[in-house]
Amino acid sequence: MRDIQGEPLLKVTDLTVEISTKAGSFFPVNGHNFSVHAGETLGIVGESGSGKSMTAMSLVRLLPKHAAHIRSGSITLNGRELLGLSESEMRKVRGSEIAMILQDPQTSLNPAFTVGEQISEALRLHNPGPRRTLRERAIDALRKVKVAAPEHRIDAYPCELSGGMRQRAVGAIAISCQPKIIIADEPTTSLDVTVQAQYLRLLRELQEETGMAILFITHDFGIVANLCQRVVVMYYGRIVESGPVDRIFANPAHPYTEALIAAVPKLRGQKGRLRTIEGQPPAPTDVVEGCPFAPRCEYAESRCFKELPPTVNADSDGEHTASCWRVVGR
Amino acid sequence: MFRFLVTRISSSLFALLIITVIVFLLSHLSGSPVDALLPDDATQEQIDSFVREWGLDQPLWQQYLTFLVNAVQGNFGTSLKWPGEDAMGFVLDRMPATLKLGGLAILISVVIALPLGIAAAVYRGSAVDHGAQMFALLGQSMPNFWLGIILIWVFSVWLGWLPTSGMGTFAHAILPAVAIAWFQVSALARLTRSAMLEVLDAEYIKLARVKGVSEGMVVWKHALRNAAVVPLTYFGILAASILTGSVVIETVYSWPGMGWVALEAIRGRDFPVVQAVIIAYAVVYMLSNLFVDLLYVVVDPRIRRG
Amino acid sequence: MADSMINTPQSPGLWAKARNLPLIPLAVLLIVFIIPAFFAEYLAPHDPYVPNLRARLQPPVFFGGTWEFPMGTDRLGRDILSRILHGAWYVLAVSMIGITVGVVVGTTLGLVAGYARGWFDGLVMRLVDISLALPAMLLALALAASMGTSFLSVVIVVGFALWAYFARQVRAEVLLLRRSDFVERSMVAGSSHTRILFRHILPNVTNTIVVLATLQVGIAIMLDASLSFLGIGIPRPTPTWGLLVSDGRDFIATDWWISFFPGLAILLTVLSANMLGDWLRDKLDPRQRQV
Repeated sequence: MRDIQGEPLLKVTDLTVEISTKAGSFFPVNGHNFSVHAGETLGIVGESGSGKSMTAMSLVRLLPKHAAHIRSGSITLNGRELLGLSESEMRKVRGSEIAMILQDPQTSLNPAFTVGEQISEALRLHNPGPRRTLRERAIDALRKVKVAAPEHRIDAYPCELSGGMRQRAVGAIAISCQPKIIIADEPTTSLDVTVQAQYLRLLRELQEETGMAILFITHDFGIVANLCQRVVVMYYGRIVESGPVDRIFANPAHPYTEALIAAVPKLRGQKGRLRTIEGQPPAPTDVVEGCPFAPRCEYAESRCFKELPPTVNADSDGEHTASCWRVVGR
Repeated sequence: MFRFLVTRISSSLFALLIITVIVFLLSHLSGSPVDALLPDDATQEQIDSFVREWGLDQPLWQQYLTFLVNAVQGNFGTSLKWPGEDAMGFVLDRMPATLKLGGLAILISVVIALPLGIAAAVYRGSAVDHGAQMFALLGQSMPNFWLGIILIWVFSVWLGWLPTSGMGTFAHAILPAVAIAWFQVSALARLTRSAMLEVLDAEYIKLARVKGVSEGMVVWKHALRNAAVVPLTYFGILAASILTGSVVIETVYSWPGMGWVALEAIRGRDFPVVQAVIIAYAVVYMLSNLFVDLLYVVVDPRIRRG
Repeated sequence: MADSMINTPQSPGLWAKARNLPLIPLAVLLIVFIIPAFFAEYLAPHDPYVPNLRARLQPPVFFGGTWEFPMGTDRLGRDILSRILHGAWYVLAVSMIGITVGVVVGTTLGLVAGYARGWFDGLVMRLVDISLALPAMLLALALAASMGTSFLSVVIVVGFALWAYFARQVRAEVLLLRRSDFVERSMVAGSSHTRILFRHILPNVTNTIVVLATLQVGIAIMLDASLSFLGIGIPRPTPTWGLLVSDGRDFIATDWWISFFPGLAILLTVLSANMLGDWLRDKLDPRQRQV
């Protein structure tokens, strides 16, 4: 999997999202470049407010109306440009080619409809069939996400299911149309630790079965290390580092990545306190010159406050890149 | 669900009981019930038989029981203003007219208010939204009897499109129904708007869009189904104010329904009929609230299963 | 565009606060309602009660009439403007006293119910449910039929229509306040119940009461107007606004002004009262915004 085999499934080039407010405009997604290959899991990590969810929503072109819009860039899926599609063509892509799992299972299922109705709605939209087989396919989807007694659960309302069960149902909706890629936006944040582990295992199994790609958004570098092959680290709307997980984990190039990794609790050999990152990222409307992480960075030099560092290779083969003056200077 | 309905029915019955107590006490407030409930020229024999029938020589609580037993059987005595008419029977004859008007008013308010409130929420901050809010503010401040008169002035006198008053063809019902509905449209549209705004922000709406559901279906199926509970809550109040509205508007348009009867009876000091009207109104009101509870059960699975 | 960058919602200065006052509704309320209520005698050009048969059914100025009767006259030749001005006092009195009755009864019951809990709370909440379930119009009809109508009966109906809203809201707030630190501290310190209720709890619910009362002004005026329109409000010859509208009912085809101007007075008063109420709610009690 390590070597890039042919064209990527999803390729994002120079993607910029603009939010215009009375106080001026700012860019929660600022010049993103990344790609995901079939069967691969890419992690997007960052603190809340770093633009992770904005990135996810811009991939399916569901940014909040009026408030935000894609200013420039390109998103291709299997070579097809998504930004050029009409709204109705884009609707066919959503759910069938790109599926999504949202953050909060408590609220992401519609309380007024049964689980079955919500799964078969997606099925009906993307590959219609007779009512009976719709139901069977919905039961099938529930079975795939390891819901016990799916024939009964299918008629349950969301309020009758546990949190973990609901998140599985959301997963069933996502996989029901055999998407090529699933975007999972912090799907486990609100779950118990044990339920969380089960859910991650399930995702990995489903991926092995179907060969789909996963874009996993989280603030937890521990999950990334566990689940992803490659990772993109975001800070203040910019990608500050990207590359293979094992290499970055072993040898982070950006001080922010280093801090995120240090914040992961280790099971063994833990010495001293868990590290947290001091300070706050700049407010979206602040005018930032230089590296946005500089005020919190323990290695910051005067140059970091003046000029934005370019994105450069952090090692010889060009797979690991970072945006930091320390790397430039190497 | 069963428990939910039983609680609702029993509390309705309790409220109804309180109304009978109030009505009963009021007929005694005005002095002797004989004066209130019998014509002034009643003979001694009539008075004696009346006292016996209603147990007026008994203690108050026994009189109330007699009253209650009679009330349950629909016996409120005979009308004073319309001699020979059974009070409740007379009122029940007029009930279809009132229900027709009220039903049309509800229909008009829902048909206008729901799309208006939904459009205001979906196009939040737009001209539609501002227009709807202005309309709501104006509608909630407009006295309905005055609106009724102005409508007659414009549509009957000036334009000559619709009849001024009375009952008969469908055209007769339009102006009074609009006059009753006006206030409800404002209130219902305002409520629908705020309920929809809340629901449209929900995660499950985002998930529906992510599934590839079209915007129309997102609004009318996913959002409305959840937002509908809030306007439903208002439906109970709606029933009450349409009832109140009908008393006023029936007077404006000389629409021969229960409200018209009530005022005529008060003017004629016909207390048996007034009692019958009040109880009949209360029953209609309780039944419509019960109907709303049933709608709840249909809309909200949490109640259905709970 | 630099201006709009600064224009963020920070705490506004005194001037900004004054500027945010809804001046138009306030002015309308004063001109149409409050000033006439207190100064009708000096403002009204004619006597509101005495018929003037030579001046029957005069149209308003600009509609064929003269400045002598700016809003025209009714079928007895009485000046509509003067009758509206004199009627304002009764509308004001009924709505204010009715609301006061509602506030006093509702707040007292709500305070005690929320503070004492137990059976009294249960009883009060039951009464609140029933009262909210009973259209005030039914009580008005029953009262009119049994006692006849009077200023008192109208005040009773208005008070009855409103008290439950105050009781419910105040009780809910008291339940929250009971658990707050300062109340628990004074309980521990051994303060008497009346002291806790009046020194600690009541001041904290006044905002709610004021906001709710302002929002009920429109409802009270509307109820009073409906009753007098139906002839079960304050009896004739008092020129309450509902009665004035009803006076012109049978003349709408020919002499529209008799009903039109009193109704307009009701509309303007209720509209500006509602706008002031909304404004006050946003200012004093943002939590209630979603009611």
